[in-house]
Amino acid sequence: MLELISVSKTFNAGTVNEVRGLRGVDLRVRESSFTVVIGTNGSGKTTLLNAVAGVFPIDDGTIRLGGEDVTRWAEYRRASKIGRVFQNPFTGTSPSLSIAENFALAAQRGRARGLGPAVSRTVRARTREMVRQLNMGLEDRLDTAIGTLSGGQRQALTLLMATWQRPALLLLDEHTAALDPKSADQVIQLTDRIIARDRLAALMVTHSMQQAARYGDRLIMMHRGQILFDVDGERKKRIRAEELLERFEELRRLELLDEGAAEMLAELYV
Amino acid sequence: MSLLIGALTIGFILSLLALGVYVSFKIFDFADITAEGSITLGAAVAAILLVNGWPPLAATAMGALAGMVAGAVTGVLAMRFQINRLLSGILTMTALYSINLRIMGRSNIPLMNERTAMGQAEELGRQLFGKETVSALGWEVGVRDLSALLLIPALIVIACLLLFAFFRTQLGTAMRATGDNSQMVRAQGADDRWMVILGLALSNALIALSGALLAQYQGFADVQMGIGMVVWGLASVIIGEALVGTRQLGYAIAGAVLGSVLFRLLVAIALRWGLNPNDLKLITAAFVFAALILPKLTARAARARKWRAAHA
Repeated sequence: MLELISVSKTFNAGTVNEVRGLRGVDLRVRESSFTVVIGTNGSGKTTLLNAVAGVFPIDDGTIRLGGEDVTRWAEYRRASKIGRVFQNPFTGTSPSLSIAENFALAAQRGRARGLGPAVSRTVRARTREMVRQLNMGLEDRLDTAIGTLSGGQRQALTLLMATWQRPALLLLDEHTAALDPKSADQVIQLTDRIIARDRLAALMVTHSMQQAARYGDRLIMMHRGQILFDVDGERKKRIRAEELLERFEELRRLELLDEGAAEMLAELYV
Repeated sequence: MSLLIGALTIGFILSLLALGVYVSFKIFDFADITAEGSITLGAAVAAILLVNGWPPLAATAMGALAGMVAGAVTGVLAMRFQINRLLSGILTMTALYSINLRIMGRSNIPLMNERTAMGQAEELGRQLFGKETVSALGWEVGVRDLSALLLIPALIVIACLLLFAFFRTQLGTAMRATGDNSQMVRAQGADDRWMVILGLALSNALIALSGALLAQYQGFADVQMGIGMVVWGLASVIIGEALVGTRQLGYAIAGAVLGSVLFRLLVAIALRWGLNPNDLKLITAAFVFAALILPKLTARAARARKWRAAHA
């Protein structure tokens, strides 16, 4: 489904601010697999998602999606195959447009946009039906500007929009990190429900070890632009949040050593 | 009375300029200064075609089309070549100055003796009323003035309805979202750069149409006529916002038209009271400046009041 072959990306190459975001990442994500991505700050997990989404061109490697080589596709073109929810709840929606108009944009994701009415009767009916399942009372406020809604509401709507046209891949970039605990809980449960219902392939970056342990059928840990740790199946099911925290602690200790020794230790023990 | 009607008519003609400025500045958040060149471009193209015997409607449409191209050029400079937005507009505007002179062949083309859209409106009015002057609300009004005052607003209403309908289509909605949140538009699979290019083309088509009509109404096209027009349009949009609010598309469009008409009336009154026409642009600029900073100043004053109340 999604295939990354030795993907590399360096930011600000050749300057003092050089950051090696991705260092030859290989990753295959199967059809309808819910993969959780964790890692320390600057480990490259968001960079990984952005590379797949096409936010920037990669330096090296190949990205294949649904059997097509999308490495050189522009971001907007890849969106025909990808649904996205962002960390910032304000990034996924257009604030001055109404709920119905935002959904009308999502209804045309990956299709040509013509001079037909945006909010057609079918779009409005479908929007109402989808929004009703949120139980937020928004189905009667379809003409309200989205900018007047709370972050949690907007993130839930963004999730519905991203999955309206069944995406080949759903990218979730710490999409609950900026929400209050109650909204975060609502949104993550909705996410799990939609992914299971539509059997979507999803990549979810998260900072929450509880989320990482509880959700998904595969777990990837990134460190310094590489995949350090990759479990799925029964092992993923058994994993606990505490165990993941220990892994991070281990990494932190390794960081204290010099780089050469750290690499040696990593090869020997990780 | 004739002064009032003249002010109203020009206000309506320039409301197309205000709508164009609304599209670029407000919908796309793009400070597009191409307008100063494209309003003259519309006038120049329409004028030279009229002099060469083109039918007025076709000449006017070609003027708008030329403006569309000019807007698209600015859009391509800014979006495809990633040139600073303001600079992209300045480059096109500067180039247009020479282009407009080339088109016209001189700096001023009189249209008094040509068959213009206004002339056609006047003929229509003469057939309709059957005489040279008409009594309206107790005033004797010339048929020429009255015909223009009836025809132009009708045209503006049609333009507004078309614009409103367009911005509610799939394409138009994606364009509105682009100025709001371009990241979201990309994530929904629309090319945000292309949206901006289209938007600037639309904006400058409206502005050039305004120029083409203005030239025919005032009876000449002049290479200098675009100077200060962006601020003029902006002032109209700001007045419109104050009048009807900005929350909804329909209100904003109607507001831009009302703002333009009201602004032109205020200018006519000020000139009547003895304002030096040379000071007009200074006063317009000062007005826009005040309108831009006033909301911030009042917000700061409100915060200060609150602080004092809380710490009293």
